[in-house]
Amino acid sequence: MPVAIRVEGLVKHFGEVYAVDGVDFDVAPGTVFGLLGPNGSGKTTIVRILATILRPDAGRAEVLGRDVVHQADEVRYLIGLAGQFAAIDPNLTGAENLRLSGRLAQLPGRVAKERAYELLDRFQLSEAADRTARTYSGGMRRRLDVAAALVQRPAVVFLDEPTTGLDLHSRNELWEMIRELVAEGATVLLTTQYLEEADRLADRVAVMSMGKIIAADTPAALKAQLGNTVLEIRLKDEAEAVRVVQLLARATGVTADREETALRISSPDGTRVLLETVRSLNENGIAPTTLTVREPSLDDVFLSLTGQRTSAAPTEDAPEVGRARR
Amino acid sequence: MSLVTTIVDAPVLRHPYRLIRPFRDSLSAGSRNLIAYWRVPSLLVFTTIQPVIFVLMFRYVFGGVVSVSLIPYPYVDFLMPGIFVQTTVFGAIGAAIGLSTDLQSGLLERFRSLPMSRSAVLGGRTLADLVRNVFVAALMVGVGYAVGFRIRVGVPALLAAMLLVLLFGYALSWVFAAVGLMTGNPETAQAAAFPVMAPLVFASSAFVPVSSMPGWLQAFAAHQPVSVTVAAVRALCVGGPTATNVAEAVAWSLGILAIFGPLAVLRYRRST
Repeated sequence: MPVAIRVEGLVKHFGEVYAVDGVDFDVAPGTVFGLLGPNGSGKTTIVRILATILRPDAGRAEVLGRDVVHQADEVRYLIGLAGQFAAIDPNLTGAENLRLSGRLAQLPGRVAKERAYELLDRFQLSEAADRTARTYSGGMRRRLDVAAALVQRPAVVFLDEPTTGLDLHSRNELWEMIRELVAEGATVLLTTQYLEEADRLADRVAVMSMGKIIAADTPAALKAQLGNTVLEIRLKDEAEAVRVVQLLARATGVTADREETALRISSPDGTRVLLETVRSLNENGIAPTTLTVREPSLDDVFLSLTGQRTSAAPTEDAPEVGRARR
Repeated sequence: MSLVTTIVDAPVLRHPYRLIRPFRDSLSAGSRNLIAYWRVPSLLVFTTIQPVIFVLMFRYVFGGVVSVSLIPYPYVDFLMPGIFVQTTVFGAIGAAIGLSTDLQSGLLERFRSLPMSRSAVLGGRTLADLVRNVFVAALMVGVGYAVGFRIRVGVPALLAAMLLVLLFGYALSWVFAAVGLMTGNPETAQAAAFPVMAPLVFASSAFVPVSSMPGWLQAFAAHQPVSVTVAAVRALCVGGPTATNVAEAVAWSLGILAIFGPLAVLRYRRST
């Protein structure tokens, strides 16, 4: 079976810190592979090794059968990289940035120029084509950056946290572009801190923690493992919270995790649990201070897989649509 | 139109021109740096206004106290060769600031993932600096002329002097390119460059005769590369023995290039 990306026993350390600590995975051509994890879990280091920017200390990695260390130059003809920070020259116009990327990707000048205008059109930047990138909004810069990664029509595209810091609209647009890329046959490796994003885009997801992959599966399977819906209830005091835990165990059969006055219920059958919870609270005359229903966040994944919270603030970190979905 | 190609075996054959790739890529990368001079006038203003101030300051403020007995010709003719060299030394710091900015912005990450020559980012940057130096050198000759500098030997000798200045400036661009890649951010790059630059420029024969300095300083001041280059440029401008001076100056520049060129490229490959 052909493999677009193959990573075997990959290790990279910076001094004492093992950023990547023995990672293996394969990515099938024409699919999206999501690396999901908090800051510092090693996602970006893997991308940088695959993009030939960093050399691994041990293990190996191949892109379309070419070794990223020994055949780095060949690999570079096949890949496109959009890193965490928009890698564009603020003094050049949008069109100039893309033409430069194209020329440096060894396209003939005329082809690079045509390609630049195609991409500007495709990424809705035509009107801003001749303005310096300095004047672009954050969303425009990111679109230009992703466009620059695509000038040479790469077969394998690395997107390192492509939507971090983007507003909802820009993020949805970018998601749409990533789907188009894949529809046209590209293989995409995407890193993200958002389960929502991995769920929407990826065919397979690897969850990373401290340089290791702690779970790898389809998003559906991962979510099934976690429970589809998270219900959060906050009560007026701890005594009442303890009472509600017991009440829910009897009435609905679910176990709620209690943290002071807050309860958290993770269930694959969210609608039923929500209805039964509300009914049960109502029958007992308990009015919760807040009641939230949301998709599982990265933090829930971590809580479930490692029993530890991610270092970042938990639920606020999840994208807003996480709450609004379904 | 498609965003990507699914044919995965063809592209490597796209460059039967491995040998010309470093030059083509340097031109592409260098044009980016030149456009910056055009678009961000403050960059060019900094590199031009500052030397003009030096000319005026040394010509009219300090020039009067420089002992005339040590210089057998007008001070302005002594000063301008020093200014030509000093200008390129100060200008070269732009390479450190520019490259550390690119490193910080993530632009070099993208470049290093592209199938471009590993020396092209540096080749382009130093090429752009060279073009800027041609412009600045011409401007300095004009400013010098306005304050009394005169061609004493001839136009060919003056052009030879300018070539020497440009060669020295080009070599220094590579030094500061390496500094920029090593420091990794513009503020540190500037802070790291100044303590190196200041003694080279001021403890030199650029503005005053070395013989006016204390003995312990003379040994350094007479033989360091700025003084050697200034001596050669001055010999070409005002006359005097040129062969040895010029040979020494060229040797310094080529020596600096031979060490810092490969060092900077190595640093570029490794910088993270």
